[in-house]
Amino acid sequence: MNFTLKVWRQDDAKDGGHLEKYQIEDIEPTCSFLEMMDILNEQLTEQNHEPVAFDSDCREGICGMCSMVINGQPHGPNDGTTTCQLYMRHFNDGDQITIEPWRSVAFPVVRDLVVDRSAFDRITQAGGYINVHSGPKPDPNSVPIEPDIAEEALDAACCIGCGACVAACPNGAAMLYTSAKVAHLGLLPQGQPERFERVQNMVHQMEDEGFGSCRNYAECEAACPKEISIKFIGKMNRDYLRSTLLLPVDRRGRMDSQ
Amino acid sequence: MDLDPKIPEAPIESMWDTHKEHMRLVGPRNRPNYKVIVVGTGLAGASAASSMAAMGYQVDAFCFQDSPRRAHSIAAQGGINASKDYRNDGDSTYRLFYDTQKGGDYRSREANVWRLAQLSTDIIDQAVAQGVPFAREYGGMLANRSFGGVLVERTFYCRGETGQQLLLGACSALANQIHAGGVTLHARKELLDVVVIDDRARGIVTRDLVTGAIESHAADAVVLATGGYSNVYYLSTNAKGCNVTATWRAHKRGAGFANPCYNQIHPTCIPVAGEHQAKLTLMSESLRNDGRIWVPRKPADQRNPADIPEADRYYYLEERYPRFGNLVPRDVASRNAKEVCDEKLGVGPSGLGVYLDFRDAIQDKGKTVIGGRYENLFTMYEKITGDNPWQSPMRIFPAPHYTMGGLWVDYNLMSNLSGLFAIGEANFSDHGANRLGASSMMQCLADGYFIIPLTIGDYLSRYPYGDVDTSHPAFADAEREVKGRMDHLMSIQGSETVESLHRELGRVMWDKCGIARNADGLQEALKKIPEIRDRFWNDLRITGSGQKLNQTLEHAGRLADFLEFSELMCRDALARDESCGCHFRDEHQTEEGEALRDDDNFSHVSVWEHQGTDKEPIMHKEPLSFEALPLAQRNYKT
Repeated sequence: MNFTLKVWRQDDAKDGGHLEKYQIEDIEPTCSFLEMMDILNEQLTEQNHEPVAFDSDCREGICGMCSMVINGQPHGPNDGTTTCQLYMRHFNDGDQITIEPWRSVAFPVVRDLVVDRSAFDRITQAGGYINVHSGPKPDPNSVPIEPDIAEEALDAACCIGCGACVAACPNGAAMLYTSAKVAHLGLLPQGQPERFERVQNMVHQMEDEGFGSCRNYAECEAACPKEISIKFIGKMNRDYLRSTLLLPVDRRGRMDSQ
Repeated sequence: MDLDPKIPEAPIESMWDTHKEHMRLVGPRNRPNYKVIVVGTGLAGASAASSMAAMGYQVDAFCFQDSPRRAHSIAAQGGINASKDYRNDGDSTYRLFYDTQKGGDYRSREANVWRLAQLSTDIIDQAVAQGVPFAREYGGMLANRSFGGVLVERTFYCRGETGQQLLLGACSALANQIHAGGVTLHARKELLDVVVIDDRARGIVTRDLVTGAIESHAADAVVLATGGYSNVYYLSTNAKGCNVTATWRAHKRGAGFANPCYNQIHPTCIPVAGEHQAKLTLMSESLRNDGRIWVPRKPADQRNPADIPEADRYYYLEERYPRFGNLVPRDVASRNAKEVCDEKLGVGPSGLGVYLDFRDAIQDKGKTVIGGRYENLFTMYEKITGDNPWQSPMRIFPAPHYTMGGLWVDYNLMSNLSGLFAIGEANFSDHGANRLGASSMMQCLADGYFIIPLTIGDYLSRYPYGDVDTSHPAFADAEREVKGRMDHLMSIQGSETVESLHRELGRVMWDKCGIARNADGLQEALKKIPEIRDRFWNDLRITGSGQKLNQTLEHAGRLADFLEFSELMCRDALARDESCGCHFRDEHQTEEGEALRDDDNFSHVSVWEHQGTDKEPIMHKEPLSFEALPLAQRNYKT
């Protein structure tokens, strides 16, 4: 198969960047999208040009590192698929394919198709955890959890942190990412003690990072490679509202760290 | 080389508890004065860094990815073992110890394996407390599944995403500690050297992958949690970035490398599709619970698998191993797949594949039950291959997956280099010559949550804190060496690419040091590797600059180390003139084609000492003793 690629090239964060055209030929249909990019990079190196920088690691759809906007769609045309799981058999011979990085104020481009997603980590650091130290714990069967609840928590927890939700959102909102973590922990009995404080802290961090707000476009759900439902955004909004009513305004009585 | 394993004097059942009771401690007020570097943020690294920071130590955590959560532990699918005995099927610490020791073909250190079995139950408790959503039964109790090489059900799981959930648990604890100030995270920074001062590991030198800056970091101890070296084969189930650099650099600075030839070839992976292939994808071993493995009885049978009648199907594992059937250990399953393909019974375009068939399971148990267990794996398979496992059997073939060898460590998980610890897949200690399924995550988390936080204190308490900083000349020397190597790589300006040379090394290793090895092949590999290495250093082409994000340069640095390490791997495989577990020497097999150990001559850990470039390394031996479980021929047939 032959393709015309238009690839975003940007030297570093300060560079303006531009789309560069490349021809690529004799690609097997069994080739994955990233393997096609590997072949392009081999070609570029052989021609003494700099290869296209792109993030990828596990190449099996779980690490969340790959991040390409393909013909305007984060992770390309297939549902529930990361870029690394996309295969060239899903394209037509002779297609022109445009490849760009995630576009968001909160995800600055590092180089070519590589972006800085540390804003996601900072949202998690603000509260995406249950405060427990390592050491002896009670037997988990002492707190039964309905299988449906555990499954729903897992539906949210399977987020791979790739950022496609942000790239797909016209507002650049990170609501799906944030709500997935809030819902995962908020659904489980272990997550209850910090439930309302967690949602406050994570939402505030999300806003501080420069992500936009949710307008229910639901583009995030459509782009999510793990098909995480926007119902979790609704859950997060409810928890957020409850938290504003529940949390004491005067926090002097609380211990902030233990 | 001092290889005292420091096994405590106590009966094996109470060894760890006795050891804990007699360990030296660092008091809570003193802990913040000590700094520990943890390299790698997978299950072992993230659990270790967060646990130590929660105790009060200052921790600097490093990963080469953009976020700790990307570490390849995330891709572990099937589950994690724990001897909880929730199924009432007679499980116990002893049984888990027994299975691991037997599965490893009696080539691991008993004391470490016992401790691993003992800590397994605490890991589940810890993970659940962190919010890991393990599968539950209708009554709300934790569910279990069975796994290869074992006759009890002790594996805990979250669909096919257990590694992801456990890693997110560990990384959430890490995030908590980053927020609290106990951990400083250094993402997109790769370790390129270990700094040793007065025979103690005192820091590391890293390269900032975005700016190219070479930086020094000093500490009171260094913990390597940098995973395994399966990417020496180029094609493996590891992530593209997985590499041997950290452990190899430590080895070159004096740390012993143990059992490099022990590497596991996982039986259930998706076969290679073509030349372009960049990596292999594993399908969880849990599939073998319900899937039946077979090949056509007639060579080159081109019929559609559904049209092949029962009589023409060769369920070779069920026929050869009636008791364990499709659930034999990984090494046995892989070797059998290779054998039937060598007999030209293999399926698929390359002939390098066997069927994994769910037809009978779907008939017997129904679509709902099978879907509940494997739906995401079926979807993943379909995504990659375009075939639907609900309708036609999967095709699978073995692929390099896990490396049991690694840095030599004592009972405290410290290498022979004082202050240099190795945990998780990066060390050698618990899986012998073959790792059983669902036990890698168990080991990573036992090391990270429960062992290193205590043993590090025992070490640190013996020394004053903060007596060395990066102004010490040893750091400047190491930085100069690292810069020199980077500049050299950029200056070659030859014609061959890193990918093509890596692929070539991989083919040599797969052919000569893969599922089966023999002396002639290994000798041949030992001739070929230096040739590839010469071409690498004389004819490599890297474009761009070393002062910016340059992924080719990153890969080249890792390949440079693989090109040295691979030679040690072959040397070790040659020296171990017996078969054991995954190390199968053609010369040593039973009449039935099983691995034949030579316990009189090889009941030891092979520990290699670096002698300098172009000098042959020296092998030392740590003898193994078998007191809790006497040696026996491994038998999965009766």
